[in-house]
Amino acid sequence: MIEIDTITKRYGETTVVDTVSMTIAPRTITVIVGTSGSGKTTLMRMINRLVEPTSGKILIDGEPNSAIPGYELRRRIGYAIQGHGLFPHRTVAENIATVPTLLGWDKSRIDAKVKELLTLFQLDPAAFGPRYPHELSGGQQQRVGVARALAAEPNILLMDEPFGALDPVIRAKAQEDLLAIQKHFGTTIVLVTHDMEEAFHLADKIAVMDKGKIVQYAAPQDMLVNPATDFVETLIGAGERPFRLLSIGTVADAAEAGEADGEPIAAALSQRDALSALLWSGRQALPVVGADGAPLGRVTLASLTRRAARPQ
Amino acid sequence: MRFRIDKLGVVIAALLAYGAFLAPFANFRANRIVPGEARSIIEALPAGLGAAFLAFAVVAVVLIVAKTPTLFRLVLGLVALLALAILIGLAAGHLTPPENTYARVSPASGFWLTSFAFALVTTDALARLKLSPLARVALLAAVAAAAAALLMSGVWDGLSILKEYGSRAETFWLEASRHVVLALGSLAAAVLVGLPLGILCHRVEALRAGVLNVLNIIQTIPSIALFGLLIAPLGWIALNVPGAAAIGIRGIGAAPAFVALFLYSLLPVVANTVVGLAGVPRDANDAARGIGMTDRQRLFGVELPLAFPVILTGIRIVLVQNIGLATIAALIGGGGFGVFVFQGIGQTAMDLVLLGAVPTVALAFAAAIVLDAATELSSNKPGRAA
Amino acid sequence: MKRLLPNLLRLAVLVILIAFLLQPMLFEPLLKPLVQANAPAVYNQGSLLSLTLSHLATVFTATLAATIVAVGLAILVTRPIGAEFLPLSRSLVNIGQTFPPVAVLALAVPAVGFGEKPTLIALFLYGLLPIFENAMTGLSTLPPAIVEAARGTGMTAWQRLIKVELPLALPVILAGIRLSVTISLATATIGSTVAAKTLGEVIIAGLQSNNLAFVLQGGLVVAVLAVLIYDAFSAVERVLSRRAGRV
Repeated sequence: MIEIDTITKRYGETTVVDTVSMTIAPRTITVIVGTSGSGKTTLMRMINRLVEPTSGKILIDGEPNSAIPGYELRRRIGYAIQGHGLFPHRTVAENIATVPTLLGWDKSRIDAKVKELLTLFQLDPAAFGPRYPHELSGGQQQRVGVARALAAEPNILLMDEPFGALDPVIRAKAQEDLLAIQKHFGTTIVLVTHDMEEAFHLADKIAVMDKGKIVQYAAPQDMLVNPATDFVETLIGAGERPFRLLSIGTVADAAEAGEADGEPIAAALSQRDALSALLWSGRQALPVVGADGAPLGRVTLASLTRRAARPQ
Repeated sequence: MRFRIDKLGVVIAALLAYGAFLAPFANFRANRIVPGEARSIIEALPAGLGAAFLAFAVVAVVLIVAKTPTLFRLVLGLVALLALAILIGLAAGHLTPPENTYARVSPASGFWLTSFAFALVTTDALARLKLSPLARVALLAAVAAAAAALLMSGVWDGLSILKEYGSRAETFWLEASRHVVLALGSLAAAVLVGLPLGILCHRVEALRAGVLNVLNIIQTIPSIALFGLLIAPLGWIALNVPGAAAIGIRGIGAAPAFVALFLYSLLPVVANTVVGLAGVPRDANDAARGIGMTDRQRLFGVELPLAFPVILTGIRIVLVQNIGLATIAALIGGGGFGVFVFQGIGQTAMDLVLLGAVPTVALAFAAAIVLDAATELSSNKPGRAA
Repeated sequence: MKRLLPNLLRLAVLVILIAFLLQPMLFEPLLKPLVQANAPAVYNQGSLLSLTLSHLATVFTATLAATIVAVGLAILVTRPIGAEFLPLSRSLVNIGQTFPPVAVLALAVPAVGFGEKPTLIALFLYGLLPIFENAMTGLSTLPPAIVEAARGTGMTAWQRLIKVELPLALPVILAGIRLSVTISLATATIGSTVAAKTLGEVIIAGLQSNNLAFVLQGGLVVAVLAVLIYDAFSAVERVLSRRAGRV
């Protein structure tokens, strides 16, 4: 649990973060969105004290985060940034081992952890461990960046536009991976982005920031239905609302009993993906299958249309 | 195989042809200071040897003008240089009348031009081969070993420069060690002070411009003036600070030279440290802080390793510059190879000048090759290519 | 406004320098404490002004020659016809920089005798390197789009060189000349050890007679000249690179 209590950051005359309070529930993904200069990155960097607040405090699991030296705090909190920030002079394995080494883990434990994480991120430890970051593709570098952030098994992971530098295909994959990882470790994730699509796709709760203040902090669905201000509405994009609504739910939620012909859709995909498939194939319904390929019923155009409508 | 012309080869071949056929090969003087008489290569060498070398030169001209394989050109250049080195020694023996210890034989323009031409062939081949750093150092070691072998074998003993050496062998090695101590010692001191100063300048932006400006202005003071200006303060220290004189601080001599070289060395070390640290990727620094490295861990674990090649380049500049500048120390009694250079200039004895200048150039050259190789090795580590 | 103070300072330094060269005796009280009772405090074995002028003339001549040769060579090796000379020129520039100036000076004496000539040769050889290196960088790092556009508008190779490439590379070339001039100003003093008429005479006279005032005035005049010339070049470069859009 992260409790942010009336926190403010000023640089000279400019107030970058203005008396922000919010509580982030454990084991959830919270996405902070906003335009550039809205203070979203500064707010996040105050959680691990890369930026020291001018006033206010932040409690992590009930303890003020100022109780221990900044560097010790940061070793307990994962941190991944855009452009990955890998150390170019260290191998992939050495990069991932950075924080465990700082914490003084013994070598066998570190090796096991590096191996576990590389495998988890679908990188063969024997092949990728000894390589240097520049020998990897952008997507692989990004995965190593996240793996490094998770190496010391932190409860909290802070991510600053982690997927900003990736092309759309790899970004989608990285987002799926992140959701899987979050489920696997139960990590509390705070992620900063300016991409609304990404926010709606990943977030349990979204915080919209504007000019240093939080204008709305709500679950994605609530935000869609009741945008607090015109700014939030503009950010969501009025024309995008039905599709954003669909992208929150999975196909499994929309599945109903029955049969249908055509290419089956995976239950884990978003309802938005299902809508695309239905429209493109020109069918009224398509079969739904689970991860193991077992049939789970069907999804119909009519039910998706209903779901895309403004909730009453 | 079609005969294709190497444009660069044409220029070098012209130089070679002129040097071998038209310019005098050696210079003969009845004693140390009278003007010399030029001797052609045919006159300078025992029967047949001169003609043989000229024949070799003709073949070499053709091979150089033609587009021959690079490795072949390298071998050709090295073999020819070795041959020239041996021939000039033989010429000395041939031209010096028996039992005459006053006569002096020295290489003349023809020898220098032909050597220069073959050195160009070698250098060009080396540049095109793009040898690995270790291979370059190995080649340097091989050349040094060959030169040492020639010196030991006595082939060059008849040459005037070695006769100058012969009459002052002990001083030579004394001055050589003083030269090296001056150049390396001031470098070590500059690194010890300059590295922390550079790190400080990087961290404290307010300091940066000021420190670099002061160091820049020091560089504009001519070396002989700076050497001279330090005489007074060091003399004062020697007189007034207890114990200073005992550890060798004196107004004239090595102390002001050491301090002057140290001051000149600071700028490249500090400037390159600042530039190197500024070049560390922002992301890497941010990530290092973000995952909980302390400032010290970040400095030693991330910043310095990444800035190292740039800092090493600064050290290379300093070392080469110091080896050259240390010759000036002789003007204020600081010793070093400059002693022979300035004595030689004073006595118009050019052989003596060469005795000081040649080792200085060789040292600077070797230092440059070794440090260039080290820089390349450190920046070519797999992690840095990106 | 921000530039005003440094510029006033430079002007003041220039005025003091000129005053010192024209009327050195005015400064005698300042230098007097540095010498023993009856030793002269102001250089008296020749005119400081004429030494300064000949010092500058030597540096100017050598730099001019070095600029012409270095820029010419750089143009040659950056054309397709001269590409074969590129690797060798690169290595020669590197090797040349390892030759200590004193050694060049000393080695030039047997070839041309004492006086101005060995100094000119040493300064020329030493000055070549920074100019060549910068000219080559300037000419080979032009934005490809601009060079393409120049081709596209139908300029001949010669027109491209004169109207596009050289003007764009000029600030970088000037930076090389600036470096070369500052090195040469200091190195020229060493020329006095082989009897060239430069400010080194003053310094060496001071070293020989243990006269600190001589060493100081010789050294300071050279240093001040170097700083002023360095600043002047930097100012011209700033103007030019703003015009060439290479800020």
